[in-house]
Amino acid sequence: MCGEQMETCSAGRPDPRKVLKTAMEAGHILLENGAEIFRVEETMERICRYFGVESRDFFVLSNGIFVTGGSGGSKPYARVSHIPVRGARLDKVVAVNQLSREIEEGSYSVEEVAGRLEEIRRMPGKTARMQVLASGAGSACFCYMLGGSLADAAVAFAAGVCLYLYILGISGPHLSRIVGNIGGGALVTCVCLICFRLGLGEHLNRMIIGSIIPLVPGIAFTNGIRDIADGDYISGAVRLLDAILVFMCIAIGVGVMFTVYHRLMGGVLL
Amino acid sequence: MIGQIAAAAVGTVAFALLFGVPKKYYLYCAACGGAGWWLYVLLGGYGATAAESTFFATVLVIVLSRFFAVWERCPVTVFLISGIIPLVPGAGIYWTAYYLVTNRLSLALSHGFEAVKAAVAIVLGIVVVFELPHRLFRIAKR
Repeated sequence: MCGEQMETCSAGRPDPRKVLKTAMEAGHILLENGAEIFRVEETMERICRYFGVESRDFFVLSNGIFVTGGSGGSKPYARVSHIPVRGARLDKVVAVNQLSREIEEGSYSVEEVAGRLEEIRRMPGKTARMQVLASGAGSACFCYMLGGSLADAAVAFAAGVCLYLYILGISGPHLSRIVGNIGGGALVTCVCLICFRLGLGEHLNRMIIGSIIPLVPGIAFTNGIRDIADGDYISGAVRLLDAILVFMCIAIGVGVMFTVYHRLMGGVLL
Repeated sequence: MIGQIAAAAVGTVAFALLFGVPKKYYLYCAACGGAGWWLYVLLGGYGATAAESTFFATVLVIVLSRFFAVWERCPVTVFLISGIIPLVPGAGIYWTAYYLVTNRLSLALSHGFEAVKAAVAIVLGIVVVFELPHRLFRIAKR
């Protein structure tokens, strides 16, 4: 029904296997970068519908996509793709979303879509320096927002910077989520305690609360709730569990560091 | 209070950057974060509990996010996740951990439940606003 040359639906439908593969790729990028389950399904459905794939079934979980489908005489396509939980890049979600709108408006061939997806996959992220500074600035702002003084905010900035250096250099590439987040909570508390003992900053609690915010699993938490609200219970439960686990690990990290401090210094602080 | 709201707005943008939100949406994220915190502080001033203030602030953040999403024709996630961050009960986590290790368990329990209540308030806020039909937000369409 179609050869190697495929332009648009009118000329003759593109190879359904190729379309399904492209749809899978789009879904992969979306899921990996923090999109909701229904958005992944909807985007894959849109691509397949536009390029005229007759039968298509998607099953999307929080860490995997299952696809089967095909048209008329062609060989059926079936694939499972495992997608580990990773950090989010919402710019890629925006880009794929934009692409799927453009596909519906026409004027894209399957090859062009695949090419655009490859470009999106390789979109450069923010530099490490920008991320570290953003983490510091975010920590400082949230510390001030919670009623901290300017000196508190300065300490929170330092703690936020240390935290992100740790995330990028140690916890991200080498540690599990559990140990990584416990370590992050402990590191922040340690930096704030040292500064506090040196006489920098007035409110230890506000400094620490401000600087643990970069660890908070905002994406897993909000997407988990939305997935459950959409009826995607399995994915939602997995994401919420992930969020709760991270919350608990942060608390454990903070607690452990306080305990160590008490043991070393003796007596109760504050 | 103005300073705190500005800090919430700037902090939201900093986290938007960490989540990889494109630059052109930073202002919207700042608006979501700032507005949410403004309502939170305002209601707190009238004697609302943390959970109540969190609920209404979440509702405001999400209504704004949905308008912005329609206006900019992009996924609502972009504004929603950044805007909600100031409302996440980070303080609850801290105090729970703190009172646990200092062996003041009843305080730890009450702060822990406060945090859970605030989290549930966020959940309710998100669920309620996403039940509203899409066409309500189409008035923002360009």
